[in-house]
Amino acid sequence: MRFATSAAPHVTPITSVPLVMRRVLYALLPAICAYIWYFGWGLVFNLLVTTSVALAAEAAVLRLRGRPVAPTLADGSALVTAVLLALALPPLLPWWVAALGSLVAIVLAKHLYGGLGLNLFNPAMVGYVVLLVSFPLEMTAWLPPRMGDIDYPNLSVLQTAWFTLSGQLPAGFTLDAVTRATPLDMVKEGLSAMETVSEISANPLFGDFAGRGWEWINGFLGLAGLYLLYRGVIQWHIPLSLLTAIIISATLLYFFDPGRFPSPGFHLFGGATMLGAFFIATDPVSAATTDKGRLIYGAGIGLLTILIRTWGGYPDGLAFAVVFMNACVPLIDRYTRPKPFGHE
Amino acid sequence: MLSATLLVAGLAVSLGGLLIWLDGPLRGTARDPSDAIVELLPRIQCGQCGYPGCRPYAQAMLAGEAEINRCPPGGAATVARLAEALGRDPRPLDTSRGSASWSRVARIDEATCIGCNLCARVCPVDAIVGACNWMHTVLADQCTGCELCIAPCPVDCIAMTPRLRPLSIAESAHA
Amino acid sequence: MRELTLERRLLGGLRLAAHKQHTTTRPIRRGFVPRELIIPLPDGPTATDTLVAVGEPVLRGQPLAATGEGIAISHASSSGQVVAIEPRPMPGPPGTTAPAVVIHTDGRDQAIPMTPLAGQSLSRDDMLQRLQDAGLVGLGGALFPTAEKLRSRSEQFTLILNGAECEPYISCDDMLMREQARDVLDGAALMCDFSGAGRCIVAIERDKPEAISAIAAALDEHEDDRFELAQVPTVYPAGGERQLIQLLAGIEVPSGRYPTDVNFLCQNVGTAVALAKLYARGEPLTSRIVTVTGKGVRTPQNIEAPIGTPIAELIGAAGGYSGNVARLIMGGSMMGIALDSDARPVTKATNCVVAAAPDEVYTPGTARPCIRCGDCARVCPARLLPQELIRSLTGDDLERVASLGLADCIECGCCDVVCPSHITLTERFRGGKHSLALWTAEQAAAARAEARVARREQRLDLAANREAEERRALLAPMQGGREARQRAVQAVIERARSPSAAPDGDET
Repeated sequence: MRFATSAAPHVTPITSVPLVMRRVLYALLPAICAYIWYFGWGLVFNLLVTTSVALAAEAAVLRLRGRPVAPTLADGSALVTAVLLALALPPLLPWWVAALGSLVAIVLAKHLYGGLGLNLFNPAMVGYVVLLVSFPLEMTAWLPPRMGDIDYPNLSVLQTAWFTLSGQLPAGFTLDAVTRATPLDMVKEGLSAMETVSEISANPLFGDFAGRGWEWINGFLGLAGLYLLYRGVIQWHIPLSLLTAIIISATLLYFFDPGRFPSPGFHLFGGATMLGAFFIATDPVSAATTDKGRLIYGAGIGLLTILIRTWGGYPDGLAFAVVFMNACVPLIDRYTRPKPFGHE
Repeated sequence: MLSATLLVAGLAVSLGGLLIWLDGPLRGTARDPSDAIVELLPRIQCGQCGYPGCRPYAQAMLAGEAEINRCPPGGAATVARLAEALGRDPRPLDTSRGSASWSRVARIDEATCIGCNLCARVCPVDAIVGACNWMHTVLADQCTGCELCIAPCPVDCIAMTPRLRPLSIAESAHA
Repeated sequence: MRELTLERRLLGGLRLAAHKQHTTTRPIRRGFVPRELIIPLPDGPTATDTLVAVGEPVLRGQPLAATGEGIAISHASSSGQVVAIEPRPMPGPPGTTAPAVVIHTDGRDQAIPMTPLAGQSLSRDDMLQRLQDAGLVGLGGALFPTAEKLRSRSEQFTLILNGAECEPYISCDDMLMREQARDVLDGAALMCDFSGAGRCIVAIERDKPEAISAIAAALDEHEDDRFELAQVPTVYPAGGERQLIQLLAGIEVPSGRYPTDVNFLCQNVGTAVALAKLYARGEPLTSRIVTVTGKGVRTPQNIEAPIGTPIAELIGAAGGYSGNVARLIMGGSMMGIALDSDARPVTKATNCVVAAAPDEVYTPGTARPCIRCGDCARVCPARLLPQELIRSLTGDDLERVASLGLADCIECGCCDVVCPSHITLTERFRGGKHSLALWTAEQAAAARAEARVARREQRLDLAANREAEERRALLAPMQGGREARQRAVQAVIERARSPSAAPDGDET
């Protein structure tokens, strides 16, 4: 009898890129729900804009490059980039800002470097950083979280959609009345206005310890990260070293002067910390690949994040920290390469 | 103003220190620049580039006097590597001068050889042995397949044949 | 009985579905004799003399061929008649052939008279020669001659008896340890005696409790204080020679060196049984245990198969094919070779034959780009970085490939199984190792050629200098005006006239 042959191993791989990407998306769902609950429907529109632009841009570039379109679109990587970008964007944003970020992420940060697997920088963070630098006003204007006790002027679904489409608020609303600074921003501005941290955190927007809504979103993202760890989608090195670096540096500062530096809990559950630790910094393509390298890479991001949050010009520094550490990855990988078995 | 000056100065000093510190491990060992170029060549010593050996060709390329596409045994892969190393544009391989290769060795037809010794005199690696008027033979282990011995033979008794025994690895090569 | 605690955890590795339960419920089927035997003779540079002719009757254990040094290497594995001596397809990639002696068996399975080695007073060299003549090779798959492995002798040696058998589907060593624990230990004791090893570790994977208890019972009976039992974790590839040494002793065998360089000897349990049989009964190696399994075979089981049994007949002995067989694998599912035909024979390396149903095997499709997740590096037992290797291989940067240690890849296949992009890493590395070896050899040859060029140039320079010197010496007298020139010419003429003068520097 004759048989078809194939090279060893004959065992079916236990995972696949689409499965990995799908699990990342599943893991993000609770946090997306919490985000919508606290900050309204803006995220839905941002998601619609970023995902459709990302997929269209990916398809267009693939066609231009003469690569197969369908299988690459199906791997879900563009989708993950778009969703992560949308989660980083403020909830109230004109569509063209979100679209530009998505376009930059896919075309500039991903495909100009050679596409999936070859991009030096995390595409979502490059998109975010470009928007933050280009549109500082739009990018720092957040909505107040749903409060329950205090009634801020809230936009309805239709009003949000209208703003997304036109960039204009309905009659009777002003941007100043509708938007609020993020807790990180409040701390930054409050400190420069010579307030102490405890005075700033007395603001009801501040929530329990890291900003109302933010605590919950970060909590869900942290749980989602544990799910990804359990599923083997990510490894523990980067989240652990990143969070440890944040805790240690924030604790040191906090003990040095609790009046000028917010608590480690605030840093841990405020801003983009959990998103960064479990979803952004763990992006395999742009992270270090050796175990030791990942510890260094994660610690670098954590440390830089605190440095930028404390002394930098922007309220949250995670995106900049990630992009900076991305640039260090080739060097880190080179110096942390393990010796093969049986080599001195 | 003072703090900014101090900050910039501090940055300059610390980054400069980092560069100096990294200089050791990153630089590697300093050596003749032509060494690096020679190592990209197959080093068959065939002279099919028009230079008397691989090192002269490498030096000519470094001096900008020679094209990078004149090494037939290296093939397109070597042209590509040379293009990258020398920062020049790759061009199609020039095979007008021959097609030497490590995969072949010269073989002397012993019945035809008249012992003129002409081949032994041109062999760049002294891989042909034989005394005048006596039969000559090729040391297959040393032969690089450069084809230089073919033209001088007055009786056309040298042919290139596939290398049957694989090249041996010197002790130093596997470290 | 002493039990060893492990020094280290295995580097990398995978927990894989074992698929062994189907073949460990039945005892080993013994006494199977196929109708035809295709017994391979070594091919290639090891010249062999065939000792039988077509038409001759042969008996089991009769030597069929010997090397130039008079070492018997292949034996008839049952009695019958030689019907052909010709190249036949052999297990391996399609197109593999080797010269073979084809025997039609008579079913009587008569053996030549055999004399046990036990009781004979043989010198060490004679003993090793007997081992060679009996065709004893490592049955773990590498087929390294046992006598060669036992040739060096040291009190410092530790013998590791490899019963780890970590690869999916394979259970031949497990069953052998369950049924012939005594023989395993007898063989191991002989190996210790030969090699001088003062210590023997029997390493068995934890998922083989029956084998462990059988060996433990035999160890209690044996009362040999050289023996220790070690239970190794059920992780693939814990059974690799270097992996096992690392696991048991925490020592990494240096790259490019052998276990004996760090005072370890590794022997498969099957080899130990073969040695015990040779010692006690004088039997050469003519059969081995083969696991016949997979959903595509009706009654999966272990069979003691004469060497040379066509795989088709072996499958027949296990009840024949059942259902759709997508792939016929010789070996396990991780490192086994897919055969293109079942007409190929069982060799001494055939530990397992898997007739795999379509849902048991994987056929690689189009790979996606590497996303540098590093999962491959995490499971690599050789501590390599497959993600970096594949990049350098794709870029044809063999120098970097060499520095990344591709030569140390053991081709275990773990990286393929965890790769989310479904890149056929192991296959690429197999090819890459080949090109790397070629490249390394060429680099070495090129360096040698360069040195020879330099020496030749030096020699030519020297010759040219000497010639110039001589010419100058010759012309020196001509420098001193008209009279001096005339004297010089006169001297040359006189020298030419004298009979003893011989022309200088001429070539004929």
